[in-house]
Amino acid sequence: MTPQQARELIEHALAQVAPDADLATLPPDADLRDILELDSLDFLSFVEALSDASGYRIEEDDYPAFSTVAGGAGFLAAHTGTS
Amino acid sequence: MTEGTTTYREAMREAIREAMRRDERVFLMGEDVGAYGGCFAVSLGLLEEFGPERVRDTPLSEAAFVGAGIGAALGGMRPIVEIMTVNFSLLALDQILNNAATLLHMSGGQLNVPLVIRMTTGAGRQLAAQHSHSLEGWYAHIPGLRILAPATVEDARGMLWPALQDPDPVLIFEHGSLYNMSGVARPGPVDITGAALRRSGTDISLIGYGGTMGKALSAADALAGEGIEADVIDLRVLRPLDDATIMESVGRTHRVVIVDEGWRSGSLSAEIGARIVEQAFYQLDAPVARVCTAEVPIPYARHLEEAAIPQVSAIVAATREVLAS
Amino acid sequence: MTGAGPSEFRMPSLGADMESGTVAEWLVQPGDSIRKGDIIAVIDTDKALIEVESFHTGVVDSLLVSAGERVPVGTPLALVTTAPAPARPSTRERPPAPAGKEHPRPAPGAPEPAPAPPSPPVTSPIVRHLAEQRGLDLASVHGTGPAGRVIRADVERAQARAKASPLARKLARELGVDLARITGTGRTGAIRADDVRAAAVRQGKPREAAVRASARPAAPAAAERPAQERRGEAMRQAIAQAMARSKREIPHYYLATTVDMSAALAWLRQRNRDLPVPQRLLPAALLLKATALAAKEVPRLNGFWIDDAFVPGDAVHLGVAISLKGGGLITPALHAAAGRELGDLMAGLKDLVARSRAGRLRATEMTEATITVTNLGDLGVELVHGIVHPPQVALVGFGKILDRPWAVDGLLGVRPLVTVTLAADHRATDGFTGARFLAVVERLLNHPEEL
Repeated sequence: MTPQQARELIEHALAQVAPDADLATLPPDADLRDILELDSLDFLSFVEALSDASGYRIEEDDYPAFSTVAGGAGFLAAHTGTS
Repeated sequence: MTEGTTTYREAMREAIREAMRRDERVFLMGEDVGAYGGCFAVSLGLLEEFGPERVRDTPLSEAAFVGAGIGAALGGMRPIVEIMTVNFSLLALDQILNNAATLLHMSGGQLNVPLVIRMTTGAGRQLAAQHSHSLEGWYAHIPGLRILAPATVEDARGMLWPALQDPDPVLIFEHGSLYNMSGVARPGPVDITGAALRRSGTDISLIGYGGTMGKALSAADALAGEGIEADVIDLRVLRPLDDATIMESVGRTHRVVIVDEGWRSGSLSAEIGARIVEQAFYQLDAPVARVCTAEVPIPYARHLEEAAIPQVSAIVAATREVLAS
Repeated sequence: MTGAGPSEFRMPSLGADMESGTVAEWLVQPGDSIRKGDIIAVIDTDKALIEVESFHTGVVDSLLVSAGERVPVGTPLALVTTAPAPARPSTRERPPAPAGKEHPRPAPGAPEPAPAPPSPPVTSPIVRHLAEQRGLDLASVHGTGPAGRVIRADVERAQARAKASPLARKLARELGVDLARITGTGRTGAIRADDVRAAAVRQGKPREAAVRASARPAAPAAAERPAQERRGEAMRQAIAQAMARSKREIPHYYLATTVDMSAALAWLRQRNRDLPVPQRLLPAALLLKATALAAKEVPRLNGFWIDDAFVPGDAVHLGVAISLKGGGLITPALHAAAGRELGDLMAGLKDLVARSRAGRLRATEMTEATITVTNLGDLGVELVHGIVHPPQVALVGFGKILDRPWAVDGLLGVRPLVTVTLAADHRATDGFTGARFLAVVERLLNHPEEL
């Protein structure tokens, strides 16, 4: 998928765990846990939703890449085929 | 007449007759007690039997004739003073409180006032707000008085003589709705120191006196149909209260409904409730409940009067509530 | 006395501090058939939205209070026409009286009543429903019902001040019955003398306990303000009450230990690699399980201090401190945590957090915790000095798992460390007991395969 598609998936997954957040104004390099006040359960839910939506199983070792929207989008784009 | 069935009115009359026969110091006075036979016909025929010296009609001045009664008692007589209703007794309250109840104390124990005052109390006869109130609770507040409330024909017959033997003032409150009640009056005096258990049960103590006794007993009958067994206590003596009988009953049933035709605030029922909390708190398994008269002047209209005063249905409902709470 | 007429479904008391509640939502309508244990309404307690179950099987006759209405605890909410329940004695049952008057007489020709069943104890549908709903192991619940049966009261026991008549209190003291373990049959849930006598008979042996009286005036209800704001304020008040009481009454002692989490995290990573993402475990699950097992092993820290005596918990129900997104804190219970698989515990935690934040907790979860765990590690906090949640006697705190220098076998290494703290009630235990507890937590975290 393209970085843009990945970004949309990430925003969709974030909307599920942080429904009140204004994702449109979220800086792509902001630390998601800090800015959205995600605890480890929220983050797990985020990963769960994203794995489900992308079809790519995100391992715990991959978590650091998903600390920002940009990092996560880049990771997913790099690890999934372009369609 | 002493053995068979009689009415409360006749029993009271018989008690007066007996007292006047037994003790020549006894005389009756009050408004219309002579020629008219008493406003409630209690003294009918006594003037003819005992003459105007001993059955004396008085002017319409409660303060004057109660004061005269106190004077007569101090002078060695045994007067029975009849006041038409408790409402009118307020005109004589100064005499009753400041003289009759107080002289023994003021005289350092030298002067007893062996006076008996009878009066009618209570509602239920469409006599409106100046003839229907239940103010005996006020008198029960006053140290120096003994307050009696005969609720049965037997007590109507038997309380007067021991009251006359008491060296201090005794007030007898006759509920107006009882005069036509029939019953058996055994001859002889009755106790005037304690309450009586009119019915024995295990689930609730219904406490009442005078005009509410019949209603409490009817309520107990109705409750028995639901499997609720009530202790029914007839206080009989409103001052001094027989705490022991009350607490004994509460100790068995652990639940109480007090029925009082007085107004709730500052009433005798309030005093009884407080004593139960003071003396039998750890026996209580539910809040103490009261069935009292609505805090309004007693209405004239029959349906309003009935709605204002304690009724059987209210006693039953209060009991159910206590058992459920 | 109890005829076959409609039964009243009343506003339940869902916690010590609840004076009134609002019917947020009716899930049934007049005419609906319901079974005992069915969730029929959602109640807004100011702290949370709670799903409440019917006590009756029957048909909803009428709803007496409409959604949005706020009423005091005990107010009838609905009438349920109950189906006749066979072989169930009246709710006003009394203990067997010495004079046989109150013994039920079997009808002529009726079979002899069956003897008390041996284990496993019989439970009612609602109890099974409750247990099933929250993965509660019924075998771990102490039954106070007839023949040791687990009854709803055992599951829903509130640690609040019991509303009991003076006579009931006196009897409870004399008979050694714990009022907290009795469900009152009075109209507003009041415990009456008969309830205590029945409990004493069921209990068989005297117990040392009674419940404290700490009535407090009702906070004025402010019905006009938005529910959210009201709930926030009410929650602040409730936390304030509980914490002030804790600091006022509980002589705390504090212990801390640092645990090397490398074995635990390595084990977890390995295990998560083999699990589907939705079943992935968080370190929190290990910490909770270790706490629950330690509480089971050191039971003096698992229970309540009530009227100058320790009352042990019937199982380890972990109160999990959960911060709400809008502010505020709630500590619902993870039931029977010591006996649950890690995966089950993890699922329970996720469910509990989700429902806490959605304001959809259940009555039993609000009232039953026997020991509380707070985990502030997500916020970067290293060390928690907690305040015990009365009447519990211990609170366990976990900080952030941080890589730190650590001496291992005489060499300095970098290890993931967590600081575990214990705040405990010195009336109930001494530091020695607390130290033993922390040692067990450390041992378990060093041997995650035991969890």
